[in-house]
Amino acid sequence: MKRLMRFLKPYRIPSILAPLFKLLEALMDLFVPLVVAAIIDNGITRRDMHYVAVCFWILILLAVLGIAFSFMAQWFAARAAVGFSTDVRQAVFDHIQEMSYSELDTLGTDTLINRMTSDINQTQNGVNMSLRLLLRSPFIVFGSMILAFLIDVPSAIVFAVIIPLLILVVFGIMLRSIPLYRRAQTALDRLLGLTRENLTGVRVIRAFCREKEEIREFDERNDALTRMNEFVGRLSALMNPVTYVMINLATVVLIRVGAIRVGSGALSQGDVVALYNYMAQITVELIKMASLIVTLNRSLACAGRVADVLDTKTGMTYPEAAGPAASGAKTGAPAVEFRSVSFSYAGSGEDAVSGISFRAEKGQTIGIIGGTGSGKSTVVNLIPRFYDATQGQVLVDGKDVRDYPEGSLIQKMGVVPQKAVLFEGTIRSNLLWGNENADDEQLMAAVRTAQASEVVEGKEDGLDSPVEQNGRNFSGGQRQRLTIARALVRKPEILIMDDSASALDFATDARLRQAVRHLPGSMTVFIVSQRASSIRGADQILVLDDGQMVGLGTHDELMRSCRVYQEIYYSQFPEERPKSAVTSGEVMA
Amino acid sequence: MSAEQENKAAGSQPEERVEADAAASKQLKNSPSGRNKEDVTMAEDAATGTATMKKVLRYIGKYRFLLIFSIMLAGISVVLQLYVPILFGDAIDQITGPGQVSLSAVMHYLLQIVVLIVIAAAATFVMNVINNRLAYRTVRDIRARAIRRIQILPLSYLDAHSAGDIVQRIIADTDQISDGLLLGFQQLFTGVITIIATLIFMFRKDIWISLIVVAMTPVSFLVARFIASRSYRMFRKQTTTRGQQTALINEMVGGEKVVRAFGYEKRASERFRQLNQELKKYSQSAVFFSSLTNPSTRAVNNVIYALVALIGSWRILAGGMTVGGLSVMLSYANQYMKPFNDISSVVTELQNAMACAARVFALIEAEPQSPDPEETMPAARGQVDIENVAFSYDKSRSLIENFSLKAEPGMRIAIVGPTGCGKTTFINLLMRFYDVDSGAIRVDGRDIRSVSRQSLRRNYGMVLQDTWLRDATVRENIAVGRPDATDEQIIQAAKEAHSWEFIRRMPEGLDTVIHDDSLSQGQKQLLCITRVMLTLPPMLILDEATSSIDTRTELEIQAAFEKLMQGRTSFIVAHRLSTIRNADCILVMRQGHIIEQGTHESLMAKGGFYAELYNSQFAGIQG
Repeated sequence: MKRLMRFLKPYRIPSILAPLFKLLEALMDLFVPLVVAAIIDNGITRRDMHYVAVCFWILILLAVLGIAFSFMAQWFAARAAVGFSTDVRQAVFDHIQEMSYSELDTLGTDTLINRMTSDINQTQNGVNMSLRLLLRSPFIVFGSMILAFLIDVPSAIVFAVIIPLLILVVFGIMLRSIPLYRRAQTALDRLLGLTRENLTGVRVIRAFCREKEEIREFDERNDALTRMNEFVGRLSALMNPVTYVMINLATVVLIRVGAIRVGSGALSQGDVVALYNYMAQITVELIKMASLIVTLNRSLACAGRVADVLDTKTGMTYPEAAGPAASGAKTGAPAVEFRSVSFSYAGSGEDAVSGISFRAEKGQTIGIIGGTGSGKSTVVNLIPRFYDATQGQVLVDGKDVRDYPEGSLIQKMGVVPQKAVLFEGTIRSNLLWGNENADDEQLMAAVRTAQASEVVEGKEDGLDSPVEQNGRNFSGGQRQRLTIARALVRKPEILIMDDSASALDFATDARLRQAVRHLPGSMTVFIVSQRASSIRGADQILVLDDGQMVGLGTHDELMRSCRVYQEIYYSQFPEERPKSAVTSGEVMA
Repeated sequence: MSAEQENKAAGSQPEERVEADAAASKQLKNSPSGRNKEDVTMAEDAATGTATMKKVLRYIGKYRFLLIFSIMLAGISVVLQLYVPILFGDAIDQITGPGQVSLSAVMHYLLQIVVLIVIAAAATFVMNVINNRLAYRTVRDIRARAIRRIQILPLSYLDAHSAGDIVQRIIADTDQISDGLLLGFQQLFTGVITIIATLIFMFRKDIWISLIVVAMTPVSFLVARFIASRSYRMFRKQTTTRGQQTALINEMVGGEKVVRAFGYEKRASERFRQLNQELKKYSQSAVFFSSLTNPSTRAVNNVIYALVALIGSWRILAGGMTVGGLSVMLSYANQYMKPFNDISSVVTELQNAMACAARVFALIEAEPQSPDPEETMPAARGQVDIENVAFSYDKSRSLIENFSLKAEPGMRIAIVGPTGCGKTTFINLLMRFYDVDSGAIRVDGRDIRSVSRQSLRRNYGMVLQDTWLRDATVRENIAVGRPDATDEQIIQAAKEAHSWEFIRRMPEGLDTVIHDDSLSQGQKQLLCITRVMLTLPPMLILDEATSSIDTRTELEIQAAFEKLMQGRTSFIVAHRLSTIRNADCILVMRQGHIIEQGTHESLMAKGGFYAELYNSQFAGIQG
């Protein structure tokens, strides 16, 4: 939580005032037993009803002041805690916007979403509770003890002995049960995992007639969870009875001591009542403190995780817009050039790709093909500088991508990611991501090129048709075509299609490539695909195998020289395989 | 039910929702009056609440002796705990002033107190333990019931509900039930007994003071109610705004790479800022208002306390009471509101628990699939006869009509068509995951509805593209269909399925525990093939890989498939031309319908959709 403290700074005043008012309220509570003692010793023994009435009004005043102080405290605490969490949430969100793909990969989007929602909410809770209660309970406990000492020292010794003992027992039980709670949570997670497997794999389970075994497994884990819960429960069931016995035994001793002191005239009966009341207050507060610690413990863990996100520094730096590097692109330079580029993902020792070199001239279409994990996506992700090459140089228009000021490189690119992601809104609002200022005509032109006319026209409201969250009201193929249109709207200099036609049938895929090819201007196109037919017509084909570049050339050249390319091609077009060239026939047999 | 609908409307990824909701509920729990209002207002709750309660009680019924014992212990513990202050008061009465102290009398009372507190504590402890057991076992029984129902629910139910939603019911909702029950057992009985016992003790001590206390009780409730209604409005607004914000976070952070690729960061931040500021406004009010309940009721309690002190003093002076008696009354007054607060929070928690229980029971009571006939299907020869079958998921929209197909043992049937064309429908019918609407499917001449599902399914081997493996050892994953297989048999199957190569290289061979992400897609599929290779059923349902597997693994899978298919009736969801062309019959599907059916030659000659699809494979070559 320490690392998040700076976010509390703007709320310094409310976060000081909140506990302060809380202490004032607690002070009111501490006065009450004193007033009652006064009633008994002065009012009753002197039979002074007027004195009692005055005391009564003092008690009422204490109640009114108490609630007023308390309201103030709650108000300031709410302001500080909510303000704090609002700022933290914004900071985390903004920070995520600055992360490079590397950091996003490391942290994972699911994690980030959890940090932004439940973790920050928990942290807010923790701040709110700490501001209100962290000081209050110890204050009352020790305040009671001090007041007890003021009333009578020998009796107060009982307090001095029992309070540390109580703290020891309460926290001892808690410390003992926290790891057990964690184990219970693990048991619950195991049950959850099995339940999920049962649902996602329901067809397999039924196909293999595994229902009975699944039930048996579930029962085992269910019993294990129940046993764990009961075990933890027994421990925490001790808390109340044990503290009850301790505090009452202490009271017994207190009365015994008090009786002797009163007998010798050192103490009055009212004082004994007051001491008795203080003892009662302590119990309540200690129990409150124990539950507060549990909450705080959880909030601290959440706060730590949030701070970890904020502490993740982005690994990319950009030159100043007017720096020496902004000297502009060289004319006649290739649109994209790789100079012995290697790249390894963060946390992985091995290179995902290595030694990649090629030149893509303006207007060319570059096909990239290879098996899963061969590094196809990695190569194209280096072009818009989603990742920085670990070795070598990536140049766009003759200039190192690292020399482009922030945001200016991406302006040249139209990226169609592998996963067709659309956002809630309308078709139009999604297409405008490509270019905020595009008019309907430009949007429709992009839609037509992307072979998405039937998607848009098939909907009642055309461009204004609603898109639900994640675009779930569109089929995979429809989403892919819309994401292609989105990239085309910006009329990019470089279009990158990362296996983004996989859900299209072959005919649509072919028409799409045809249309992209016939666009005016000299757009450079990168097509990543598993399908030989998709990249067959490209000006250059880059063949990747296990991160290595094993071929570069046209289809015809590669068919002559590249064994990996042949293998891929013939596996997809077996009838073209010449009878003599049975490169992988053994495997087939 | 309405909670469920709300969740559906709001949720995108159910798993994330579970977490977000859990966090939200935790937060609401901490602010005393927040949560209750959220749920109380749901109109159906009151109506279904009682019905649900009855169902829960039926589960508890099994443990009714424990329950009765627990209530008895609660009574003992509460009465003793309330009686102890009286004894303390009596003891204090023995110490009025110097020289007026009877130590032996004081000790007499103190000894009684020691005995009573030990008994009270023991009773409380045993009661707590019993309550734990009651709550956890009840919920365990409910869960066990739910998982048994899952196994016999029709696939149509499970397909219509997201896995996340059902997991939430079986895990999170039941957890909420156990929380609610636990708190209910612990505080409801003790709360009620405490109130009754306190009143009895108080009235026996002093009627006037007791009357004052009772008269003040409604004030406290009114104050609490007033605050709750105010904070409820704020909570609603907060919840709505937070929901919007969570949706935005899900979208933007979930699609962060796209955001980055299109330079949308600033616009995203701005949209977030607006919602965030709005949320801040509502949250501050909601948090503030909800935190007023405790201080307010405490203030009312303090006023009651002052009144007791005032009237008590007057009664002492009038001779109707002792100082010890006053201290007893004061300590009662001090604790008086606590059981009321406890009960109201229990009621909230119980309502919550009942809402969750209603969702769990909706699952448990869902209509199961039609019961299985006694008769079983013996090992089949593999003749599949589909006769005039009609089927659709949504009965208002026809899907498959008038579909007939005769597959002789050993025949290969290829199913082709674009993605999402409805190949799963076909598998659903063959495996009897769904029943046909009319017509019949016969295996070896027997209607598959006339035999038990399990016996039918044992005759099929199924390898789907979305492989399903569990977090267990390789051996367990392979031996799913034949748990008694020996290692030799498993290794033999693995060799034939081309998976032994990579299994052998794993750190612990067959004993390696695999996780979903520790294997490549191709390896997963090979394991699934091994699974079928081990059982060797007479009929197969295979799903060829499309794009996500590299060429070499794909060739191995091909070879494994080929080996598997020998002499077996096979239904193959086909993507590669060689498979299609070698098939004895091709079913061409489009948008769920079977539109063409025949051999490669006959379909090409027909020049329909199949011919177009086939030719388009080569269109790219010219393009």
